[in-house]
Order: sequence, then structure tokens, then C-alpha cells
Amino acid sequence: MSILILALAITMAQILLALAMGCAAFRILRGPRAQDRVLAMDGLYVAGMLLLLTYGIQTGRTLFFESALVIGLLGFASTVALAKFLMRGEVIE
Amino acid sequence: MIQAPDLPLWAAIIVGLLVLLGAAITLIGMIGLLRLGNFYERIHPPTLGTTLGMACILAASMISFSVLHSRPMVHEILIATFVMLTTPITLMLLARAALYRDRSEGSKIVPPDLTAPPAGDEQNRT
Repeated sequence: MSILILALAITMAQILLALAMGCAAFRILRGPRAQDRVLAMDGLYVAGMLLLLTYGIQTGRTLFFESALVIGLLGFASTVALAKFLMRGEVIE
Repeated sequence: MIQAPDLPLWAAIIVGLLVLLGAAITLIGMIGLLRLGNFYERIHPPTLGTTLGMACILAASMISFSVLHSRPMVHEILIATFVMLTTPITLMLLARAALYRDRSEGSKIVPPDLTAPPAGDEQNRT
């Protein structure tokens, strides 16, 4: 009983997060300017990180937690680098 | 595919509700990213996912692992502190970059820079 409830809730949450990633991907494709695309990529990273965390809850393994941590780090670094690039035209001065 | 950890009923209900709530809040934020009009409106909604949505899913993960291993497992706090520290930094950098680009193009949707030096002097601009 509790397994069924939890499996349904986690599967629904995964579908919702996949829809969120789809919205962000659509904004990346359509976004009128470069800063819209960078913002949508940041959102895509966050939604992907949350999706990996739900997989971690589902399987009960901590491997997914570590990959979510790596995705969070990489999302921060890439968004900062791209924002710097939009501002100055180069990443490392 | 029916797969879930074997939690007691109370923990299963709490974890399921928190996971669903977090995912729904993240989806609402991303729909806002899709629907709002210009960049300065669009920069707000994704923070729903990085604050409340992430907090709900991380709390669900903490409860699930703690009940499953019958000892406190709070390593998710790492992700929480990291994302909560870095999201304002990245979004403020991005908004400053977008403002700089819009102003240098003379766009109509941003207000003029009142602190800028009068003409041709780009040295003092941060």
C-alpha cells in the first residue's frame, strides 16, 4: 500500500519535472535573445537536478545525490561564465 | 514501473506529498518562464524552483533516507546551502549583463542610467 502510494507520487513528480524541463528547453529554442537562453539553461539545470533527486528517492541509492551535487556545481559555473561572456565579450580577462 | 522504497505509511504519505509539491512548484516556475513577456519579468519565476521546490524535494529525500536507514542522513543540506548561496549571485550577474546590453543598445524597456557620467566617459561604469 505505502509502496504504491509512494511510487505513484514519485512517478507523477517525475512527469511534472520532465514537463518543466520541456518548458525550459522550449525557451532555449525560442528565446528572443541570448540572455533568455542562458536563463532557461539555468532553469533546465535546476529541473534536471531535482529530477535526479527524485530518482534517488525512488531507488534508495546515494549515487544520484552525488550526481545532483555535480550538476548543481556545473550549472552555477556555466551560468556565471555565460553571464560574464554576455557582459564583457570574454570569460577570462 | 512500480518501484519505491519500503517506508511506513506515514513516511510514505509525507514523502509523496513533499515530492509532488516540489515538482508542481518547479513546473509552475517554468511555465512562468515560458509565458511572461520580457526578460526582466522572466528572470523571476525560475527562482520558485530553486528555493521552495528544491527545499520540498530535499526534505522528502532527507525523510526518506533517514527512515530507510533508521538514522539521520542530512547530506542533502549540502545541495540546499550551495544552491541557495549561488542562485542570487548568478541571477544578479545575468540581470546586470542584460541591463548593460539593453542600455548599450538604447532599448526603450529599461530606464536610463542616472548614475552614469554625462558623455563618452566609460571609465567609471561598473
